[in-house]
Amino acid sequence: MNITSGTEEEVTMDEIGTITDFIQDEAGHGLYLYSAMETLGKSRDQSLQELIDGKAKYSSIFNYPTTSWADIGAIGWLVDGAAIVNQVALQRTSYGPYARAMVKICKEESFHQRQGFEIMMTLANGTKAQKQMAQEALNKIWWPALMMFGPSDKESVHSQKSMAWKIKRQSNDELRQEFVDMTVPQAELLGLTIPDPDLKFNKKTGHYDFGPINWDEFYAVIHGHGPCNKERLEARRKAQEEGEWVKEAALAHAKKQRNLNAA
Amino acid sequence: MKKDNQWPLWEVFIRSKQGLNHKHVGSLHATDQQMAIKNARDVYARRNEGVSIWVVKSEHIHASSPDKNDCFFDPANDKVYRHPTFYNIPDQIDHM
Repeated sequence: MNITSGTEEEVTMDEIGTITDFIQDEAGHGLYLYSAMETLGKSRDQSLQELIDGKAKYSSIFNYPTTSWADIGAIGWLVDGAAIVNQVALQRTSYGPYARAMVKICKEESFHQRQGFEIMMTLANGTKAQKQMAQEALNKIWWPALMMFGPSDKESVHSQKSMAWKIKRQSNDELRQEFVDMTVPQAELLGLTIPDPDLKFNKKTGHYDFGPINWDEFYAVIHGHGPCNKERLEARRKAQEEGEWVKEAALAHAKKQRNLNAA
Repeated sequence: MKKDNQWPLWEVFIRSKQGLNHKHVGSLHATDQQMAIKNARDVYARRNEGVSIWVVKSEHIHASSPDKNDCFFDPANDKVYRHPTFYNIPDQIDHM
C-alpha cells in the first residue's frame, strides 16, 4: 500500500487511530444488519455461511481494491457518502429493526465521510504528487460509488416490491441524483475533477446531468467477476474457518466457569 | 457434520443517563454475561451513549402476540372512566 499522508512522509499515529475506529464502526454496522436478519428468524451462522457460499448479496463496492492512502480518503468521502444518502432514506423503512439499525449507522457514517473528506483535503492541498494521488483515487472510486445505488429504476428487479412494501422509500435513480448534486460542489472545493465529461449543471431541472454508467461492469461485479470478489469471500471463509476454534474454546470456558460457580 | 458453535444471543439495554430508564438498543452474541456486557459497551456505547448496561439472554424474553392485540388489549377499550377527563368538575375550580 502506498502510504503518504499530509506530512508527505508516512501516515501518522492519529491517522492510524482514526482508521482503526472506522474499521471497528464498520464491523458494528455488519453486526446491526445481521442482528436485523436474525429477528426474521435466520441464525447468524446461517447468514455467514450463505455469504461465504456466494448465495447472499453484499454491496458491490466491497469488490474494488484499496491501494493507496488516498483511496482510503476517497472511500470515506464517496462510498460512505453514498451509503449515507441511501441509509438516511432507509431510516424510514417499514421494518423496525432495520430502521433502528439505520439510525445508528447514519450517525457513525457521518464521522467516516468527514474523515475521508479531510484526508482528501490534506492531499489535494499538498504537493503535486499528493494532489495527483487524490485525483487518481477520485477517478477510481467515482463510478463504482454511483453504482452503489443499484440498477436504474427501469432495470431494477426488486424495486417495485420493495417500494410497495415501503422497505425502500426512494428510488435508486432519485438517490443517485441526490448524491451527485451533493458531491459535485465538494469536489470543486477540493480542486479535483470528477471523471465525467458529460457532467453539467442543468439550469432547467436544478440538478447535475451526468454521463452513462457502465452497467456491464456493475453486473459483472455483482455476479462475482469484480476485481476482488474472490479475494474478499476467501478472506471471510478463512476468518470463519480459522476462528472456529476460538468460538469453541470460549464456549467451553464459559461452561467451565458456570460449573465452577454452581459447585 | 459441522459442530454448532453459535454463541447464545443477548438483548442489550442501555440507560443513556441517570434518571432515565434502560432502553432496548439491539442484540449480540456472547458466551457469558461478562462478555455480553463488554461487547455491548464496544458495539453500542462507543460514543458515550450510556451510563449503565443490562444484558438479558434473548431466550428469557417473552412477548405478547401482536396478532392477538385486538382481544388482548380489549379490556382497556371500554373503560373511559380510567381517564381523568371522564369526570366533570365545576368551572369554578380552574385546576385539579
